[in-house]
Amino acid sequence: MKLLIKGGTVLDPVAGEMVEKDILVAGGKIAGEGSNLCFGDAGIVLDASGKLVVPGLIDMHVHLREPGYEAKETILTGTRAAARGGFSSVVCMPNTSPVVDTAALISYILNTAREQGAAHVFPVGSITRGSRGKELAEMGDLKKAGAVAFSDDGMPVANAGLMRRAMQYARMLDLPIISHCEDRELSSGGSMHEGYMSTVLGLKGIPASAEEVMVAREILLAGETGCRVHIAHVSTAGSVRLVREAKSRGIPVTAEVTPHHFTLTDEAVAGYNTSTKVNPPLRTASDVAAVKEGLADGTIDVIATDHAPHTVEEKDVEYDRAPFGLVGLETAVGLVWTELVDAGVLTPLQAIAKMTLNPARVLNISRGTLNPGVDADLTIIDPNLTWTVDANLFESRGKNTPFHGMKLKGQAYATVAGGRVRMLGGAVKDLLR
Amino acid sequence: MGLSGKDVVGLRHVPAEEIKLVLDTAKPMKEIIQRQIKKVPILRGRTVVTVFYEASTRTRTSFELAAKYLSADTVGIAAATSSVSKGESLKDTARTIDAMGADLVVLRHPMAGAAELLGRTINAAVINAGDGAHEHPTQALLDLYTVKEKKGRLKGLKVAIIGDILHSRVARSNIWGFTRMGAEVRLAGPATLMAPGIERTGAEVCRSPEEALEGADVVMVLRIQLERQQEGLFPGLREYARLFGINRERLTLAARDALVMHPGPMNRGIEIAPDVADGLQSVVNEQVTNGVAVRMALLYLLIGGGGSSEAAN
Repeated sequence: MKLLIKGGTVLDPVAGEMVEKDILVAGGKIAGEGSNLCFGDAGIVLDASGKLVVPGLIDMHVHLREPGYEAKETILTGTRAAARGGFSSVVCMPNTSPVVDTAALISYILNTAREQGAAHVFPVGSITRGSRGKELAEMGDLKKAGAVAFSDDGMPVANAGLMRRAMQYARMLDLPIISHCEDRELSSGGSMHEGYMSTVLGLKGIPASAEEVMVAREILLAGETGCRVHIAHVSTAGSVRLVREAKSRGIPVTAEVTPHHFTLTDEAVAGYNTSTKVNPPLRTASDVAAVKEGLADGTIDVIATDHAPHTVEEKDVEYDRAPFGLVGLETAVGLVWTELVDAGVLTPLQAIAKMTLNPARVLNISRGTLNPGVDADLTIIDPNLTWTVDANLFESRGKNTPFHGMKLKGQAYATVAGGRVRMLGGAVKDLLR
Repeated sequence: MGLSGKDVVGLRHVPAEEIKLVLDTAKPMKEIIQRQIKKVPILRGRTVVTVFYEASTRTRTSFELAAKYLSADTVGIAAATSSVSKGESLKDTARTIDAMGADLVVLRHPMAGAAELLGRTINAAVINAGDGAHEHPTQALLDLYTVKEKKGRLKGLKVAIIGDILHSRVARSNIWGFTRMGAEVRLAGPATLMAPGIERTGAEVCRSPEEALEGADVVMVLRIQLERQQEGLFPGLREYARLFGINRERLTLAARDALVMHPGPMNRGIEIAPDVADGLQSVVNEQVTNGVAVRMALLYLLIGGGGSSEAAN
């Protein structure tokens, strides 16, 4: 099947160009580009005039919850949410039940995604068995089955000696370690950022140091082992500073930030809306300013959502009792455009690179470009559409968003993955036969 | 004039005029308590439900007596004996109580924000009787009432609050209440039990209890909980008593006529010396009496026709 995308402004993060041109897709690959293209035989034409055509967006931090927590999300619903949000690829974290610590589980996720998925799925394998932080998982086997990185996300490896060995091993396999940086002794029992707001609300705080001591540890270990380390969801000014300094010394470290951490502060917790309960917690205005600065100067390479769906009954409880996490796939583009591009923090090309080329490079996957011959993953973004977030319309099973009712500018108009249109005008195409 | 909200969750957002209204209303209520026949028909036919997820003798009894003196019907639910222990969520428990026709719910809960969650969920009025480390507004109101009654004013007074500020809902509500009414609030306690950023509330954080006590008109002593020591937050009760306990010697730093207050229950010999607790300056027992009066005032203002949203019976 052929697909012609006409009249859009094409953003190429590799060349660093924005050019108005058409793109032709054939056989699931990018077949050509130029102006006023047309095809002889039957195919689909997408009118992208007035819109931006970008490589298919990649969210490198998503919780699909399957297997084990299907009430929260499944591979089917999570990838549909991805497609609706403009993401043609998602990278899923291994903290499912059971934890993804064997090749068989990687295969299960890949097979299910191939059969049901509305977007490509790249699984992350665990660092330790059961993410219990005791002994290494079979990382070589995980890689052979298709794992693109290793992480004990949400259950960070506390033992520095074990993490060091994991890095040595991961370096041998040439895969990155993704680290959720949290010292559990420092964060213990906390449910929001420690500061004035936690005091006023009477909630136990999580100090910035709980994140920063681990960022510092991972940087030191990365420097020593040469392993590529990717710092997940950076949330504090101190973490940004540590990563910046490490990069200047040539340490192989990369970092990501979530839309909620560059948009909201701990003030949002007032009212005890449990959709604001997230780990790492929403920080202060100066932290938000620092992560924006880190985005602008390249310290932070990637924007990823940490999409973490939960059921209504899990979240509709006392703040302390609610699980951490919020959904992000279906609001990311709007938040990036509203908070970063329109606000002048990033150019459209910089923003797109952080959602396409950069995560593809961190994970060493052949996506994130529109080069002829590559798999046809692309996203059409309407940067001028103003819309209001309505969680009830989410494809995700998780409705836990702090952005419900918020007015945003910029939305994905179409998502193409593997040459097939997966979403158009907000409607996800049903792929189940 | 009445209270602007349906619920009383905390004092952080309550304007000075409304605090004054509650204190003024509590005065005639106190007269009722001092009568031989302590019953007026103001809340006849109204139902007050107390829901306590934490053990509490004084607060719960105080609310129940306040409701009974005003002729309301009262029902008490204790978490351990109810469907709460069968895993029912706070929201479902609340909806059930609402559906049974309660007019007002008094909630004590170990988690911050529980009263606000309840208030959002149900139609009945909600009074927060303490939610985690967040607020305990009726305690602060009775403290304000007690001080005003004794001192004749609140404005310009120096109030020292000594102890575990970090975990204290009493301290937070009192900081909002006293600063709003024009008093000066000073805080002292172990550094590990001081709440981060609390100086932004307008209270002054002192480096020692001595600094906080200097010339204070009110000395408010907070209860220190043994479990905080077990959590490793301070070295031990013996040292705590030595460094932070309010004894007769320390009390001489305060104004000669300073009031000594404690929200109870007291750890005698730890945060407060027995002779101070029972001394001439102590108003601990009056606090308890005034607690009933202030709670009667709130019940009246919220569901007795004294509020803005209710027509007078």
